[in-house]
Amino acid sequence: MTNNTFILQSSPHFKDKDSVPKIMYTVIASLAPVVAASLYFFRFKALALLLSCIVTCLVTEALFLWLRKKPLHSLRDGSAVITGILLAMTLPPSLSLEFAIIGAVVATTIGKQVFGGLGYNIFNPALVGRAFLQTAFPVAMTTWIPPAALKIQTATFATPLGNLRFQDAIAEGTLTPLKDLFTGNVGGCLGETSAFALILGALFLLSRRVIDWRIPLGILLSLTAFTGSFWLANPEKYASPLFHILAGGFLIGAFFMATDMVTSPIIPRGTWIYALGIGIVIGLIRLFGGFAEGVMYSILFMNAFVPLLNRYTRPRIFGERSKG
Amino acid sequence: MSTKSIGQEFTKGLWDENPVFRQLLGLCPTLAVTNAVINGLAMGMATSFVLIFSSLVVSSIKKFIPSQVRIASYVVIIATFVTVADRFLAAFFPPISKSLGPYVPLIVVNCIILGRQEAFSSKNTVGRSLIDALGMSSGFVLAMLLLSAIREILGMGTFLGYQVMGPWFEPWIIMLLPPGAFITLGILLALALQIERKAKSWK
Repeated sequence: MTNNTFILQSSPHFKDKDSVPKIMYTVIASLAPVVAASLYFFRFKALALLLSCIVTCLVTEALFLWLRKKPLHSLRDGSAVITGILLAMTLPPSLSLEFAIIGAVVATTIGKQVFGGLGYNIFNPALVGRAFLQTAFPVAMTTWIPPAALKIQTATFATPLGNLRFQDAIAEGTLTPLKDLFTGNVGGCLGETSAFALILGALFLLSRRVIDWRIPLGILLSLTAFTGSFWLANPEKYASPLFHILAGGFLIGAFFMATDMVTSPIIPRGTWIYALGIGIVIGLIRLFGGFAEGVMYSILFMNAFVPLLNRYTRPRIFGERSKG
Repeated sequence: MSTKSIGQEFTKGLWDENPVFRQLLGLCPTLAVTNAVINGLAMGMATSFVLIFSSLVVSSIKKFIPSQVRIASYVVIIATFVTVADRFLAAFFPPISKSLGPYVPLIVVNCIILGRQEAFSSKNTVGRSLIDALGMSSGFVLAMLLLSAIREILGMGTFLGYQVMGPWFEPWIIMLLPPGAFITLGILLALALQIERKAKSWK
């Protein structure tokens, strides 16, 4: 016989209306314009990469849940789908599908499940998958094709950042116009080309308060300050901050990857340090590193500091002495 | 004094007390030189040579080593055999010696070797120490072979230089680089732990 008159429960007693699936599906909805832009610019290649990444992530996740004897219904929380979409959006359109599948398997296993699944991973899973592919298949991962909408028939095509870094684009006057960066009619990864679509999705995320506004703002500020100071000193050699914001993976990284709730700090002070750090590392890699693009590595790099930031920025509890 | 049977003294190095997978010793060469099977094998053999002869010498002169300076004495003995191994490789297998680089001299500070002297040879008879060193060496060589085989096959599509993967295979360059070493070792350690757990539950 059970007595339900008094229910004893430990805190928290408030239950928020938000839940993991709800947040995840909001993120998926916010990615819709980005996915649409990638399908428009890269057509069938984008669709094939997207589907193979999502399916592989789901299958690998299911396999691991089964191996770890965990309930399979957590597949429905949508986190595996997001990893799949985000990974696909960071791949070059000409990548062959088997590489995308390897990347998706690595993202789900090494990026997420070995740490204990959603909520326990240190690094953003999609970026772990991409970093693996970048190191394993460096040539395939840096071969770019022109977007289908551009109707150019060339085998390879430089990204705006690659053009800037390796072709001396400013001196030759071939720097990609900002208008093209904004619409997305440029070479690059599936989801990073169209700034317009990315901003649309980001505004939706911000309006739903799914992501912390401090992260994109902090990255924006530090990248602008960093690249801006070099640009002001020597505009003949360095591109403007606006170019750096619109080109490459900055927008998708700042709004969709650095903001991952699991791998970003929980305390505002830590969040600022995290965000400013990402912007500075992006600037450092883009201006002085061996790669044209540094968004992926800078986010992974700062992800590693998150446990430390959470620890050292913890607010003092009332009554606690400052130095005990 | 160890109370194991002679057989157990040998086989413990292969699995139960495998230096790499169970004791997590000697990880520096395990990670650094397993990018090709030939390197892993050469490193394993060189380490085995040093371990076996150091164990023999330490166990036979253990009565004369004052316990205050025992570590220093072990290091001198180990360094002697490392010098022999290093010069031997440089004289007879210069390409291997070159690709192993500083890792052969670094065998001096390999924890497996010093660990066996401190934990085993200094307390046991010459015969038992030899069996122990042989077992530990075999365990180390097996671990190096396993790791380097996985890394070479995935990273270059070859095994000991022979093509084993078809032309369709695109080498995973990451496997030849440090991240590949860490990922492979991590997965193998997890597997070893899982096998051990399963084996325990069957007993």
